[in-house]
Amino acid sequence: MSVNRVAVVDYGMGNLRSVAQAVIHAASSVDHAEVTVTSDPQVVRNAHRVVLPGQGAMPDCMRELRESGLMDAVLEAAASKPLFGVCVGMQMLLDHSDEGDTPGLGLIPGRVVKFELAGQIQPDGTRYKVPQMGWNQVWQDAPAHPLWSGIADGSWYYFVHSFYAQVANPAHSAAQTDYGGRFACAIARDNIFATQFHPEKSAAQGLALFRNFLHWQP
Amino acid sequence: MLAKRIIPCLDVTGGRVVKGVNFVELRDAGDPVEIAARYNEQGADELTFLDITATSDGRDVILHIIEAVASQVFIPLTVGGGVRTVEDVRRLLNAGADKTSFNSAAIANPQVIREASAKYGAQCIVVAIDAKRRTPEDEQRIGTHGLPMGPGWDVYSHGGRKNVGLDAVAWATQMAEYGAGEILLTSMDRDGTKSGFDLQLTRAVSDAVSVPVIASGGVGNLDHLADGVSIGGADAVLAASIFHYGEYTVQQAKERMRERGIPVRL
Repeated sequence: MSVNRVAVVDYGMGNLRSVAQAVIHAASSVDHAEVTVTSDPQVVRNAHRVVLPGQGAMPDCMRELRESGLMDAVLEAAASKPLFGVCVGMQMLLDHSDEGDTPGLGLIPGRVVKFELAGQIQPDGTRYKVPQMGWNQVWQDAPAHPLWSGIADGSWYYFVHSFYAQVANPAHSAAQTDYGGRFACAIARDNIFATQFHPEKSAAQGLALFRNFLHWQP
Repeated sequence: MLAKRIIPCLDVTGGRVVKGVNFVELRDAGDPVEIAARYNEQGADELTFLDITATSDGRDVILHIIEAVASQVFIPLTVGGGVRTVEDVRRLLNAGADKTSFNSAAIANPQVIREASAKYGAQCIVVAIDAKRRTPEDEQRIGTHGLPMGPGWDVYSHGGRKNVGLDAVAWATQMAEYGAGEILLTSMDRDGTKSGFDLQLTRAVSDAVSVPVIASGGVGNLDHLADGVSIGGADAVLAASIFHYGEYTVQQAKERMRERGIPVRL
């Protein structure tokens, strides 16, 4: 059996360690999976699967992705092989973000907008806080995407974000969560899957999602 | 909806987890990686490591501990104790921490919170506040507004040894404005007493700031944790000794909170 090469794209934005470690941990129970953290476009091109993390502000992430010379390799991956975006790595897949009025990669139609929850009250009587920080339930859109295989609907995942995705086509929403209203917290199209939440910080349910990604044959 | 979080706190020094009573009398409670893994199994929502090493010699020990924990435990990790500079934040994040917690250094130089938050984002900058209810004598002290301070809580620094003359609620508000993404609020009156959080303090700060507040100090039983959320208005509750000595599991704590109508991840 051939090696299942996974590239975690390092374009210089903050700390990739936790994403890389969680993917490596998930890969330890998957035959022949080999995980590399890389800033080399050729390594991304040679990989069978690509993970695109993202942390910090969207304008910085887009600039670094462009200036690192990795953007073309990521776009090629998006057109040809399983790609998993995390957090800002998800937000960059859309057309545009209101954060710094930044154009995205345009791979999934839609916009990234800020939570407008000032003064609104949660069901338990406390104020909504922004960023959303903590564990929220993730409700899978039907038909359930293969990456949800073996993961219960309504499982809890860890979120930290002030901006969220509004997908233009509801068919691109793979799961929703509720924070002052429902929104797509996982998006998917063809060979692309991406989450607003952090699988790498979501304990067993997060590792399960990465394992499913490593097995995924879109 | 968003779950209220339970955060076990591990005080570490010399590579071991310890627990003090009223900031003194340290007792050994075990190996940090083992304890972290156990809490993860029990469903802890996050872990906080407080480096109580007094000297700078031992500081790198915490980096190794975080590296070891982060390779095995996949939930958010916060590190506090001795965090002074933007460079300290960078080193801890690189070691695998998700958040860093400032205390005395924020008091000495509030600007560091602006700088660290601008560089790494508010979500990874926590400001820890050690607060103590003012004595009648302290209430008479003239504040910056030219009037006696009146009832309330003062901020203490240096592990709770020094009253810095700031009002805790005002300080929390200022730190949130400077870019703190979260406030870790410890009642020094209650810490180690097992008599419950200072719920008035928790409520006062929760009502004043728009960032999440973690209640800390004084948990002796599971209802104390639930009270911190339902009465104190906290977004998360932190405890150490009730979990370290096996009195209760995190799972039991969550079940009690759920019985009391609090949304938790179970």
